[in-house]
Amino acid sequence: MTLIVKVITRLTVGLILLYGIYIILHGHVSPGGGFAGGVIMSLAIIHLMLAFGKDMALKKVNETTAAFLESLGAILFVTIGVMGIFSGYIFVNFLKKGKPFDLFSGGNIPLYNIAISLKVGAGLFTIIFIMVVLFGIISQEEEKK
Amino acid sequence: MFELHVLLFFMIIAAVAAVEMKDLLSSVIAVGAVGLGLSLSFLVLKAPDLAITQIVVEILILIILIRATIKKDLPFSTSGRWFFNTLITVLFIGVFLTISYDVLRDLPRFGFPIMKVSQNYITEGLSKTGAANLVTAIILDFRAYDTFGEATILFTAVIGVLSVMRFIGRKKKGEEV
Repeated sequence: MTLIVKVITRLTVGLILLYGIYIILHGHVSPGGGFAGGVIMSLAIIHLMLAFGKDMALKKVNETTAAFLESLGAILFVTIGVMGIFSGYIFVNFLKKGKPFDLFSGGNIPLYNIAISLKVGAGLFTIIFIMVVLFGIISQEEEKK
Repeated sequence: MFELHVLLFFMIIAAVAAVEMKDLLSSVIAVGAVGLGLSLSFLVLKAPDLAITQIVVEILILIILIRATIKKDLPFSTSGRWFFNTLITVLFIGVFLTISYDVLRDLPRFGFPIMKVSQNYITEGLSKTGAANLVTAIILDFRAYDTFGEATILFTAVIGVLSVMRFIGRKKKGEEV
């Protein structure tokens, strides 16, 4: 990619990641939540992959890390939900609810948001990785034959 | 309501343009315009959560589509029109529009829904959960079990993409099935 794209990418990738984290953590106060924040976080890594090539992006996040993060998100969601099973409840909001519009309010809704964002972000990065990397390998093998 | 009608008209024109254009890259850009119009319609209808999610997923899809079409040696899409297929399609669209006009007349007015069950969520959403965003309170507290099922959709999507881009069992070039 050209020089302008590389310079702008170097400046804005951190800002995109920070904006994604902001939308996730304030999911119970302002519009957004876990799903939109997870997509924004995966867009930051894809931005890096488009500007600098796939080797540079894979040095930051390789595919085993992405698979681990995706499963970690799912396990975290289930754990928080099933934690009340010894009292007879599942998926019950058990932390205390603070004042409205505080950052630490809403019970265990922020924890659910973090788990969902890990899952969505890592899953979308895995899909892009499959399409970019494996497709390149397949077309290289077909050219060799 | 006037802005909503203008946006819907814009989306229809962009969709028709996406189908009728011969160049693949221009069609992809017209599809992106349809997505942008949908996100603006969500903003006009006062649903900011949906607007944020729609626009970021649209950007992601555009990246994938442009990358897929820009490397092929096929800049013009070829298709033919046959008379019999067009006639059957127009007939089915006419039947569908007639029946759906009869059904849609019985829906409640726009902005005044019936809401027997969800009125409960609106009146005691803030006091029971403590979250100011009512949409997040519903999908992660009242209906957290459904969100658990929705979170496993990503697993299915990754398996689907992996099975399309597979190594074993692909057809080699020039091989007869």
